[in-house]
Parts: sequence; structure tokens; C-alpha cells
Amino acid sequence: MAELRAEANWVPASPVSRRQRLPTTLICGATIVLIVIALAIAAPWIAPYPYDEMQIMTRLKPPSFAHWFGTDDFGRDVLSRTLIGARLSLLMGLGATAFCLAIGVPLGLYAGYQRGRIEEFLMRSMDVLMSFPPILLGLLVLSVTTPVLWKTILAVGIVYVPAIVRLTRSVTLELAQEEFVLAARARGDGPAYILAREILPNAWPPIAVEASLRVTFAILLGAALSFLGMGAQPPSSDWGLMISEARAFVERAPWIALAPGIAMCVTVIGVNLLGDGLREVLDPRMRGGKGS
Amino acid sequence: MELYVAKRIATIAVILVIISGLIFGITQAMPGNVARMIAGQFATPDVIAAIQIKLGLNDPLLTQYWRWASGMLSGNLGQSLIMERPIGPMLRDALANSALLAAISIVLVTVVGVGLGIVAAIKHNSTLDHGISVFTFLGISVPEFFWGIVLILVFAGYLHWLPSGGAGNLSAGWAAWASHLVLPAATLTFSLIAHVSRMTRSSMLETLRSPYVLFARAKGLPERVVLFRHALRNALLPTITVLAIDVGLLIGGIVVVETVFSYPGLGRLLIFAIERHDLPLIQASILVIAAIYCFANLVADLLYAYFNPKIRYGGT
Repeated sequence: MAELRAEANWVPASPVSRRQRLPTTLICGATIVLIVIALAIAAPWIAPYPYDEMQIMTRLKPPSFAHWFGTDDFGRDVLSRTLIGARLSLLMGLGATAFCLAIGVPLGLYAGYQRGRIEEFLMRSMDVLMSFPPILLGLLVLSVTTPVLWKTILAVGIVYVPAIVRLTRSVTLELAQEEFVLAARARGDGPAYILAREILPNAWPPIAVEASLRVTFAILLGAALSFLGMGAQPPSSDWGLMISEARAFVERAPWIALAPGIAMCVTVIGVNLLGDGLREVLDPRMRGGKGS
Repeated sequence: MELYVAKRIATIAVILVIISGLIFGITQAMPGNVARMIAGQFATPDVIAAIQIKLGLNDPLLTQYWRWASGMLSGNLGQSLIMERPIGPMLRDALANSALLAAISIVLVTVVGVGLGIVAAIKHNSTLDHGISVFTFLGISVPEFFWGIVLILVFAGYLHWLPSGGAGNLSAGWAAWASHLVLPAATLTFSLIAHVSRMTRSSMLETLRSPYVLFARAKGLPERVVLFRHALRNALLPTITVLAIDVGLLIGGIVVVETVFSYPGLGRLLIFAIERHDLPLIQASILVIAAIYCFANLVADLLYAYFNPKIRYGGT
């Protein structure tokens, strides 16, 4: 009896203590990103003024109690515009990334698994797309159409398709040689089933890391295109567009440019930290021997 | 190595042909009729038809592409619709301005980036090291156009030290000419420096831990000789390849920076052309930029191959 009790006293180590501690970068990045997302979602309710309400009497007013971030040359409240702009910026980053994943992942899976001529053709097409500087490809696509935000999102998404295709293909190539894939083949599973149920679930960690990188690139490229006049159009409060419009008044009213600029930097730093942290967690090579 | 170079150049030729087809195809779909743009808003249909025949706009697309592409190859870049001037000289001047800005920036990125990387590696884990990594992290996270505007605000707006934009004229003196280049070059440098300094730092750290550096120190060589003659030489190999990749990134950044500072380069010319729907100018400038980008990448690959013995002797 005593022996039994002694055995019962043995408590297995709690799973939490064995689990790897989350990296600081991941926690900081996730916190910043969550705050930005929360502000973006709540923007229409917490913004003190409508983002496009013009008030001629309060043009170019410096930050004050009524207008925390001042007003622009149309008397619009810069704080409200910056808050609403967060929505557009996140929409750009996430939308473009979702688009390039939706196109790139299936193409990469297909190329890596089926091989052959179609793979060759696909990869050479990606080489051609990659031999364009990203911003130029975006400009070329947008120069043909009248610029609207959703077209910019698609253009930015297209720019990043080749990177996703290449990555997914190389991961698929490796996984296709694994035993569980060979077993599935031997069972007689079809390629679509194998790709969706066997390969994709194992291929996602590097794709997720790459996607987090793409979000910041997309936010920056989208803002640059809007800045150049090829993205969101007035009176939209896209950060890139706001900075572009503020250029003429930068010496008289620097707050119009500083507010969206700083907001964009904070967002990008947040996503960058999140991506770094994600890479540390998901990339086994960076774990440095500890953990499983 | 020769075979590798020949292969790469052949690939670039093919890619440029495809790109020129893409550019031509996409720009054909642009809104607005070229003939109408030349003739003006109130032109009669007869006039528009006459212009269309004169420019050969009714020919089959393939004929038009062939005319355009062979013109490009023979150096005849056509006529700008908006400025009504030949594109060749315009593009050449803009290219010279951009090349100057790019050259200054890449030299600055090299010198400052490698310098910061070395300092960070030597003072590993010190406050200075962390300061440098925060500074370079900001460089990647701040979009070029915002950083450019902040610089204009500080150095042109408040301090009045430097002009806020445009290009200087050499006839006004060296100082005035150079002062126009400071802010755009600083902006480009800041946005690119992180790659170089991070790479130099990590490869320098690795080299400093290697046995031959330990041996050099054990021999009693002065620290300066160990650092610069033994460690740095080998640590710089990966940096060189990163630097070459940065040349490609620089071409993208330059479009934005030239617009911020109203600097009369290739990027600003392209944006101007797109805004005004100046079809021939768009086609020519995009093709020129794409070609430069391809060759910059080629140089990057060749440098990589040259400095990496595994590839140099690899047989491909």
C-alpha cells in the first residue's frame, strides 16, 4: 500500500515547463500587431471625426486638444484619417499576401509534385516575373488601368507570386520523397488528395514565415505605389497617399506627414518582429539544439 | 566559368525579349487612344484616322511590335508624345543623373555598412552593437519616402542647410551641385544599409571565432593586423554578394526617392510618363530599367560565382 502511495506521488513534469519559451520578438511583434489590428477594426467608432469631413476654418491647425494630431490642408482631422488609414494598410498587407498565397501555393505544389514540362514552363515564367524590379512590375500593371485600391492590392500580390511559387515548390520537392507520401501513393491516393492532405499540412511552416515577410513588403510597396499616385485615390486616407499629399505642406504643417508615417513604421516594425519571432519558433535550424 | 557566363547572358537576352513583349502587350491595353491624345480633345474623326494611319496604329500588333522592338535595338527610341522630343537624349540625361545618385549611394552603403558591421562585431553584445542593430532595423522598417520627407523637414525646413529637392548645376559651383545629392543619397543609403551591416557583422563574428584568427592572435600580431588583414578579408566574401543584391533593390528604391526629392532621374521620368499616359516614353523607360536590373543581377551572380570557389570550380 505504501509503495502504491509512493508511486502515486510521482507527478509527471508539467507540459508547460517542457515547452519552449516563446521568443521576446514574437511576443512584442504580436502585441504591436494586435494593437494595430484592434485600432483598425475600432477606427470608425473611436475616430473623433469622419475621416473625410472638411472644415475650412480649421485648416493646417497644429496638434491641439480638439485635434490630437492636428488638421490637414482641407481641415480634416489627421488622427481620424490615420486611424482609418490603418484599415487600408492592413487590407493591403493581408489582401496582397492572401492573393499571392492563393495563386502561388497551388502552383508551387503542382510544380513540385508533378514535375515535367509544365513545371519547367511555370518556373521559367516565374524567372521572367522576378527579373522585373518589384515596384516596376506594380507600376506596369497599374499604368494600364485607372488606379483603385483593390487593383493595387492585386498588383502587389502578383509581384510576390514568384517568391511563393519557388518556396512552395522546393518544399514540395523535398516532401514528395518522404516515406509517408510514398505510402500514400502506394495506397493509390490521387495527386490532389496527396497534395492537400499529406504535403500541404507539412509544408506550411516555411510558407507561413515567408508570408509574414510578404505582409511587410506588401504594406511598404502598396504605400509606395499610393505615394506615387498609383494606388488609393483621394479623398481616401491611405497612409502612402496621406504622406504624398502632405509633401507640399511639410515645412508648414509637418504633423500631416509625421502621423501616418510613424503609424506605418510602427506597423511594419510590429509585423517584422512577429515574422522574426515566427521564424525562430518554426525554423528548426534556429532553435539551437533546445526543445523538440 | 566561361560557359556559365555565356549561359547567363543568353538567358538575359531571352528574358529581355519576353519582357519587351510583355511591356508592349500591356501598354497596348492602356486606357486612352494615342491618336486622340496627339490630336487633342476636339479633333474630328478624320484627323484621328489620319494620325492612326501615319503612326501605323492600324497595322497588325505583331508588325507594330516588330517596328518598336527593332527601333529599340537600333537605338531609335521614338518620340515622346507629351514633350514632343526624341526619347533617346531625354532618357540618356535621366539615366546619367540616376546613375550618379545610385553610384554615390552604393559607395556609401558599402563604406558605412561594412564599417558599422565591423564595429558591431568587434563590440559584440555591447550597447553600441545593439544601437547599430536598432538603427539598421529602422532603416528596413521606415519606407524610403517617409524617411526622405523627414530629412527634408529637418535639413531643408528647420536647419536650412540643404536644398529640399531638384538637381544642382555644376556651373553654380561644386558645393551647390553636391548639396542636392546629399539628402537623396542619404535616404537610399539608410534604406539599404541593414543588409550589408548585418551580413558583415555575422560573418565577421564567425571569422573572429575561427582557428586561424586565434592563431594570428597567438602569434602576437597586433589586433589591428588580425582584424583587418586576417579576419576582414574572409569575412567580406558574403558581404560582396549581399551588396550586389542591393544594387537590384536600389533600382526600385530610386524610383520613389527621385519622386520625393524631385530629382530628374529615370524613375521620375517614368512616373511622369505614366501620369501623362505617354506610351512610347513608358515603354522605353521601363525596358531600359528592366535591362539594367537584369544586368545588375547578372553582375551579382557573377560576383557570387567568382568569390565562391564551390561554384567557380563546380563545372557548370
